[in-house]
Amino acid sequence: MTELLARPIAADAVAEPVASRRPITARLARFLASRPGLVISVAFVALVLIAVAGPDLFTSRDPLAAAPTQKLHAPGWHHLFGTDQIGRDMFARVVHGAAQSLRASLLAVLLASVIGSLVGLVSGFAGGWVDGLIMRVIDVLLAIPALLLSLAFVTALGFGTTNVAIAVGLASIARFARIMRAEVLRISTSLYVEAARACGARRYSILARHVLPNAYGPVVALATLQFGLAILAVSALSFLGYGATPPAPEWGSLVAQGRDYLGTAWWLTTLPGLTVAATVLATNRIARAIDGEWSAAR
Amino acid sequence: MTLLDVRDLRVSYRSSGPAVRGIDLQVQAGEVVAVVGESGSGKSTTAHAVLGLLAAGGRVDGGQVLFDGQDLVGLGERRLRAVRGREIGLVPQDPTVSLNPVKRIGEQVAEVLIIHALADRRTAALDAVELLAAAGLPDPELRARQFPHHLSGGMRQRVLVAIALAAKPKLLIADEPTSALDVTVQRQILDLIEQATRESGTAVLLVTHDLGIAAERASRLIVMSDGRVVETGPTADVLSDPQHEYTRTLLSAVPRIDAAPARPRRTDGRPLLVVEDLAKDFPLGRGRTLRAVDGVSFQVHAGETFALVGESGSGKSTTARLVLRLTDPTAGTVTFDGRDVTRVSGRTLRDLRRHVQVVYQNPFASLDPRFTVAEIVEEPLRVFRVGSRTSRRDRARDLLTRVALPASVLQRRPAELSGGQRQRVAIARALSLQPSLVVCDEPVSALDVSVQAQVLELFAELQDELGLAYLFISHDLAVVRQLADHVGVMQAGRLVEAGPADEIFAAPSHPYTRELLAAVPGTLRSHT
Repeated sequence: MTELLARPIAADAVAEPVASRRPITARLARFLASRPGLVISVAFVALVLIAVAGPDLFTSRDPLAAAPTQKLHAPGWHHLFGTDQIGRDMFARVVHGAAQSLRASLLAVLLASVIGSLVGLVSGFAGGWVDGLIMRVIDVLLAIPALLLSLAFVTALGFGTTNVAIAVGLASIARFARIMRAEVLRISTSLYVEAARACGARRYSILARHVLPNAYGPVVALATLQFGLAILAVSALSFLGYGATPPAPEWGSLVAQGRDYLGTAWWLTTLPGLTVAATVLATNRIARAIDGEWSAAR
Repeated sequence: MTLLDVRDLRVSYRSSGPAVRGIDLQVQAGEVVAVVGESGSGKSTTAHAVLGLLAAGGRVDGGQVLFDGQDLVGLGERRLRAVRGREIGLVPQDPTVSLNPVKRIGEQVAEVLIIHALADRRTAALDAVELLAAAGLPDPELRARQFPHHLSGGMRQRVLVAIALAAKPKLLIADEPTSALDVTVQRQILDLIEQATRESGTAVLLVTHDLGIAAERASRLIVMSDGRVVETGPTADVLSDPQHEYTRTLLSAVPRIDAAPARPRRTDGRPLLVVEDLAKDFPLGRGRTLRAVDGVSFQVHAGETFALVGESGSGKSTTARLVLRLTDPTAGTVTFDGRDVTRVSGRTLRDLRRHVQVVYQNPFASLDPRFTVAEIVEEPLRVFRVGSRTSRRDRARDLLTRVALPASVLQRRPAELSGGQRQRVAIARALSLQPSLVVCDEPVSALDVSVQAQVLELFAELQDELGLAYLFISHDLAVVRQLADHVGVMQAGRLVEAGPADEIFAAPSHPYTRELLAAVPGTLRSHT
């Protein structure tokens, strides 16, 4: 009897099976193998990002070089996406346009997530009238359609890609603030935060060490999702003529310029449009994967 | 006649591998068989495999489940549905989540009858009321029209028993039917199951981690460990003469309500924590309040253990939070080491935190999932700026040794540890500042019985070595009996009885204390 009581302590401490630690590569391979859509999305986004960094890897043509003899050629082997009304290669324009569109979207998402998270953090952690005040402002922002709000901002700020990005970013602060606040409230009431309080930890130390690191997961997922929406919003604003100044290529303005030839040259609107759609869909798929699919597949 | 004959059943989960590694078990018609084992032993998986209700990712790899001569493995979903509820009833584990919250109780009972065409819509409603009455629900007509959230946990479990027995099945599978319930309610539910099945001659496969319940209710025991049956036989034989090493370990680990405590009671400490007339109101809205703690007074002496026992909702955890100053009392005083700390804040409160630490019930939720074990154990030291980075790491290593964990776990995260190991980490954290009082809120109730025994042993050792005082909150009287020097019994926010542990257990004076003691499943005592 005495023996039995002494031994199991060692057994529990040392020999008790520890939750399996499968090699991360094997897990990743199995995770991806069952999700072909995700693999395609990641590959596509990777291609788009390469196009941002080094558009010359995809095409040696100049997106601005006009060749009037080759105007309005349909897509073919020579011109993958066809040519526009003054003979510029559409593929080159789409590839070079990626940089403009994506940089603007990235700036918009960064702006929205940083400001939004901070607002949500303060709101959730302060509580009381501060929370009430901030949330009512957020409610007002949410009540106005995002595109309308961006339009208002961009009109105030002036035209240009950067201003479009700022306008789109400001318009989506509210969603980040909401998500962050919900996470902070959830985590603030969790047992390990109470345990930290009982240990004697100060409020701000708890905020920085426990609440923030556990709260940012959903915010990252939202940021990925918002990235897709930002591409759409930035394209929409440049379509309306607030963004890049011609002849600089930008996805939204490419669609806008192709509008005049819709009847005769479908590729001028369709192919840049499909590129936008594919990028948005791919980022949405990746956002879904980040938002819990990975941890749920464990 | 053999009703259920499981042969060489093997089940595995895609994520965690084999859960049941070839087991054989038989249930005769009208017999009560208990499957006992600790978490991860495969007992619940076996129960669910019989019904073809494995969780996602679970798969039967081989073997047969012969029910009434028919193999249920590989039977189509449609044919299985005809068996479920009609031939085999299931009482699930957690009554709080097992009823549909948006349907009335009566409809949910009637549903079984309608599905199996045992009644039409009109008569089913009437039959449902009768079934509820038979399950011992007061005012069955009223209850049938209510929603699940109107009912208490015990009443909901009665409804689930009524549903399981509605179609008069030949076999009832009860998967931990009472582990979410208070001990007095637990007894009533088990009595109900026993009585209802005996009348109709229904066989019962009772899955439980509690040897006390198995011993009291079953005629045959099946002991499972690590996906295998290690021992089986008539209950009396298994308990009085266990053959397998594992069964013996399990039996010796069960805390006995009637066994003498392992060490002498200590009753000579100076008062360390004095609680007087403590009260706490929670607002319910519209100006109404709920008094969760009502006029509670007790003392915890240095180096001794004061146990607060009671059922859920009795206010014992709220009392713990008041003592820890995690919430403010409505009235009363808390005095620690001669100083009134009821209203202190800022520096004085932080000073109190140094001396009073806490171990929570759920080691899965009380450790930050992103921290490593080293960071968790060092956190109180870091917060109070004790020592340098390296001296804190050394201290963490010492503390882990003290709670019998190897230093190799320092870099692991809580998710990689078992429940027992996590609770040891939580204890190490509580000890890091060398407190004089540790508040333990149900520290072992989430653990398996053998792990529980080890952790309790650890608590006792640490108390002897470090002279700690414990405020020990528990619903389990057998655990309290082992550890406590003084016991306070709480009911509905009031401390109804308090005194030296031996007196409370030998001669309880309050009727509620007597009721609690009587409800402890305790046939084990006649076999030891």
